[in-house]
Amino acid sequence: MLTIKNLQARIGEKEILKGINLEVKPGEVHAIMGPNGSGKSTLASVLAGREEYEVTGGEVDFLGKDILEMSPEDRAREGIFLAFQYPVEIPGVSTINFMKTAVNQMRAYRGQPALDAVSFLGLMKEKMKLVEIDQSLLNRALNEGFSGGEKKRNEIFQMAMLEPKLAILDETDSGLDIDALKIVSNGVNKLRNKSNAVIVVTHYQRLLDYIVPDYVHVLYKGRIVKSGTKELALELEAKGYDWIKDEVATA
Amino acid sequence: MSTTATDKTITTDIALRVENELPNLPQAAAIRKQALEALRTLGLPASKNEEYRYTPITRVLERNFNFTTPATPGTADATAFAIPGLEANVLVFVNGVYSAEQSRIVSPESELAIMPLAEAFTRKSAIVTEHFAKHVDYNTDAFAAWNTAAWKDGVFIEVPANKVVELPVVIYHIHDTQTAQAVSTNRNLFVVGRSGAVTVIEKLDTAGTGNGFSNHVTEAVVAENASLNLYMIQDDHGNRYHAGNTHIYQSNSSRVNTYTYTLEGKFVRNNLHLSLDGEGIESHMYGLYLLQNDTLADNHTVADHRKPNSFSNEIYKGVLDGKAKGVFNGKIYVRPQAQKTNAFQANRNILLTDNATINTKPQLEIWADDVKCSHGCTTGQLDEEALFYLQTRGIPKDTARAMMLYAFAGELLDAVKHPVIREFLDGRVSDRLHKNF
Repeated sequence: MLTIKNLQARIGEKEILKGINLEVKPGEVHAIMGPNGSGKSTLASVLAGREEYEVTGGEVDFLGKDILEMSPEDRAREGIFLAFQYPVEIPGVSTINFMKTAVNQMRAYRGQPALDAVSFLGLMKEKMKLVEIDQSLLNRALNEGFSGGEKKRNEIFQMAMLEPKLAILDETDSGLDIDALKIVSNGVNKLRNKSNAVIVVTHYQRLLDYIVPDYVHVLYKGRIVKSGTKELALELEAKGYDWIKDEVATA
Repeated sequence: MSTTATDKTITTDIALRVENELPNLPQAAAIRKQALEALRTLGLPASKNEEYRYTPITRVLERNFNFTTPATPGTADATAFAIPGLEANVLVFVNGVYSAEQSRIVSPESELAIMPLAEAFTRKSAIVTEHFAKHVDYNTDAFAAWNTAAWKDGVFIEVPANKVVELPVVIYHIHDTQTAQAVSTNRNLFVVGRSGAVTVIEKLDTAGTGNGFSNHVTEAVVAENASLNLYMIQDDHGNRYHAGNTHIYQSNSSRVNTYTYTLEGKFVRNNLHLSLDGEGIESHMYGLYLLQNDTLADNHTVADHRKPNSFSNEIYKGVLDGKAKGVFNGKIYVRPQAQKTNAFQANRNILLTDNATINTKPQLEIWADDVKCSHGCTTGQLDEEALFYLQTRGIPKDTARAMMLYAFAGELLDAVKHPVIREFLDGRVSDRLHKNF
């Protein structure tokens, strides 16, 4: 589904990704872990098409298409979804209107007719249940004045509405209490199936108790320096990152 | 308000033209004479004049108008500029001249007395004498002086006590510039009696691509417990140059909402002055300017709190594209006896290009010590992070941009309570912001 080969990116003069290689197949969950500043969020942003980052080398193939030349909206329409670490507050734009626009843009891209008001509301009600989000929240301006947990639930709600093929969750767990974490994870798990995939970018192993990964990768200084199964996350939780850093230093 | 005069000939030209064309209205002759003197003394504002610092109106008028020639009458049809579906009393002025055949008064006389201002000097002499030229100060503002000396036509409205005028009054000020420049000097006086209510919409439009300059003055008096909604919709597709002075005088428990929406035009100066001379008053000043190309819009507002326990709130927002220039100056005066005043002001701007500019200046002068006053100005670009966020949901950048601009302006559309006017403004704002979602 997603093949990343030797991906390099920088912001300004600063090299952040120095040759990432990653293969994600349908149905898989990949966790990307690593110490602060290792490039985890940069990888998520580059995949979603954030313009501040300049890709200086490598390839990203998504379902047979080179996405690096695509606009963020086209990547989204091809099926990539980024759940933001810090979802943006947009005053004056209600979540409902925003979602209606987004859903219909996606449908238009796939050659489907726009949803009428009744069908849209039906779809929304169904997806709201998944993340236990209240309609009153969705009537409000997008993320404006939302708590941290509400913002993250809204991200997963949007993911449910847009049904991406590849969801990238950028530190969706950070700042969440355990109840909110369970709700968010539960939502993600319900959305998983054989034909979609999830990349979970996280700092903490705790999330991976709820969203169980097939593979765990450690990103350090812009490279994936270690890959393993979910046991690797437990080891990182127990031992920290120093042993990884030592391994890299001696390699 | 000190005025630094120009010694340019433009003032001489204008004063001479005014003098040669003084309308024959004995009741107004003395004031006209004084105002003409004031115009000659003040002169049109020079570039150093603080009140016109960012708005070189005199230079612009010199370059684009010839005030030595008589004004040309126009023949434009107001239909093209009508607010669709608005049931209203309609008054049409073409190049400043009342067009009876395009106008219609539908409200009953028991609700509303409405007539040309010149006629009101005879038919309503007591009330006109009491209020005419008592609020807009022609001794300090050259444009007010010019208008007071030169006005030929305008609207007098009187709402009797306890009467709520059901249908709004719409005044279409059309410049017909198809064959020659247009110059208009309209003068209005609105008096809303005790517990009365009325909505008045002034709309500026231009037929033709030539230049037009309007120097308009509106005085409004809102008696105790009365209310006035006053709209100024500036939607000229042509080259409208405008200097407007609107002064609203409010008594106890009166309510005033003003909506000053500049959607297009060339060079627009709006002076809006609210005198809150009573207790329990509530005033809202709403402003929106969507500017493109090399348009300039300058809003100078005053909320003058003269008595205790009143409330004023002002929100002006602007979106500036191209090389557009915006100017905002908001004065709040709280006089010593005006304790327990609540006065708020906000001016927010989005600049879409590096060449667009805004000069914004809050000016609070507070002499009372037990008041709540605040002001805030923000100027920025569209939030790139928010645009990216919308894009990652599959929304194209242009649409995302339009959504955000529309949301920015939305507060000022929500403030419009009249459904038909709201729908009209919504449509115009959407068109201007290229909303296509």
